[in-house]
Amino acid sequence: MPQEPLLRLDDVSKNFGALNVSRNVSLTLDKGARQALIGPNGAGKTTLINLISGVLHPTSGRIHMSAVDVTRVSAEERVRLGLVRTFQINSLFPKLTVAENVALGVSAHARADWRPWGEMCRQAGILEATETILVSTGLAPYAGVEVAKLAYGQQRLVEIALALALKPKILLLDEPAAGLSGAEREALLALLFKLPQSLAVLIIEHDMSLVFRLAQKITVLVEGTILVEGTVDEVRNNPQVRDVYLGHRAHG
Amino acid sequence: MSKDSSPQQSNFVTNFSRHRLSWLDVLPFALIAGLFFVAGSYLPLITQIMIMSVFALSLDLILGYAGVETLGHAALFGAGAYGAGIFALRASPDPMLGLVVAGLAGTTVAAITGPVVLRARGITLVMLTLAVATMLLELANSVQWLTGGADGLYGFQPSPLFGKFPFELDGRTAYWYAAMVLLIVFVVCKVVVNSPFGLTIRGIRENRVRMRLLGVPVLRRLVTMYIISGFLAGVAGGLSAQITQLVALDSFSFVLSGNVLIMLVLGGAGSLNGAFLGAALFVAVSDRAAAVSPFHWLFALGIGLILVVRYAPSGLVRLLAPHGSR
Repeated sequence: MPQEPLLRLDDVSKNFGALNVSRNVSLTLDKGARQALIGPNGAGKTTLINLISGVLHPTSGRIHMSAVDVTRVSAEERVRLGLVRTFQINSLFPKLTVAENVALGVSAHARADWRPWGEMCRQAGILEATETILVSTGLAPYAGVEVAKLAYGQQRLVEIALALALKPKILLLDEPAAGLSGAEREALLALLFKLPQSLAVLIIEHDMSLVFRLAQKITVLVEGTILVEGTVDEVRNNPQVRDVYLGHRAHG
Repeated sequence: MSKDSSPQQSNFVTNFSRHRLSWLDVLPFALIAGLFFVAGSYLPLITQIMIMSVFALSLDLILGYAGVETLGHAALFGAGAYGAGIFALRASPDPMLGLVVAGLAGTTVAAITGPVVLRARGITLVMLTLAVATMLLELANSVQWLTGGADGLYGFQPSPLFGKFPFELDGRTAYWYAAMVLLIVFVVCKVVVNSPFGLTIRGIRENRVRMRLLGVPVLRRLVTMYIISGFLAGVAGGLSAQITQLVALDSFSFVLSGNVLIMLVLGGAGSLNGAFLGAALFVAVSDRAAAVSPFHWLFALGIGLILVVRYAPSGLVRLLAPHGSR
């Protein structure tokens, strides 16, 4: 019997009143997947990420992580099950240092965050894990800098470092390259290529060159529903996708 | 440095802001020890400053570190004061035991009200904390058989400290008693602030939503901090009750909640050291100014507060040590 996919969406729909922002979306994410979610503005990409991460709950359909039905499970609990996301707009801890930001994730994952004794500075395990992540994300030189004082591009990297601190099995990246300069984008891409192989990654991104380089599989979302799903080449050469992106979508 | 940390690691540690032992921590206690010999009739005033320092430290944990803007911290102080007073009258005059009871009284109020109050934010939270303190004041006013109502609770006296040092009128025992409690409370605060929980709490202050999405049960952590803060505020109330041998209704008053907030803002929130400075300034200045001009001192206080908020918004203690811990 084949292994259960890490993440499986079955016929997931979300309505806000009469507005269907997601319609009958089904997708699976296997171990090691590098999948991109693309689509024009308003296609419901962020809604879908919110549904997967548990910020929103679907009107109908089911979501499974491995064999566990998480359709009604809270966002916090999904994090503990290994489903971690980054945010489109930086959502960090501005007055804490880069090291402290990442250490928050590490200590939450180690379930040490509740302990009101034992100096933080003596928690060798947490410090080591934090340093390792900072080195691997290229943030080590900024470890002692307040996040609020970092350049935007570096804050985006902290966002990803914080997600990695939670040792995810599934990583959802919501427009990680938004607002980055060319050089910053290359740094981000280098980091994404270095992510652990076992990790399943679902990335929302507008930057097609980045998507084409990173993804093995692309899902095109239009008006809340899946238009096409396939390899990079299949999607690239699909006439429907071209129409959507060139702006003359044929109705019907 | 711990024995098992490599040089590289101990270097990495500097990337964490941490409340280190500095001259600012030692200074208040050096002053307390030194002033004992010269203060004379001012001993009770300095004792009062120490009690208020304990109270301000307890507020710093929940306001400065957790970012919970409470205007009803007197609820926890008052619970401790009445707890200690009633315990002394009805159970045992032992001061140390009484102080533990006072702390537990503060903890109880925090544990019961925290899960409701801390769900809210902003103005709703301010109103809820205010409401809790006001309700407790009304409760204390109405159960006269237990609390003495508007007359206050009196007629109790703590037994000699450690069975050896009686609390006498000159206030010497009270002075050392308060100093000892203040030192213990300060050490507890320092340990809590420097712990993994302390970092979690600052994270919650900075970004509650993101903390939740790190898988941290935010409300439970906040309630934990409120309970710790409640214990210490209760100890401050108990200390006040034992030393003045009186518990008045205004232990629950809005004025007291406001005063301790002013002390903390003056001194500097989120630093622990600010609590000492703020309490000292507030109590000393209000004592002197009220003697000189009983009607106008609030006016002077108002001007002072405006100047501090305008020119030293993170508190006067930051002027002494600009790079203190956050």
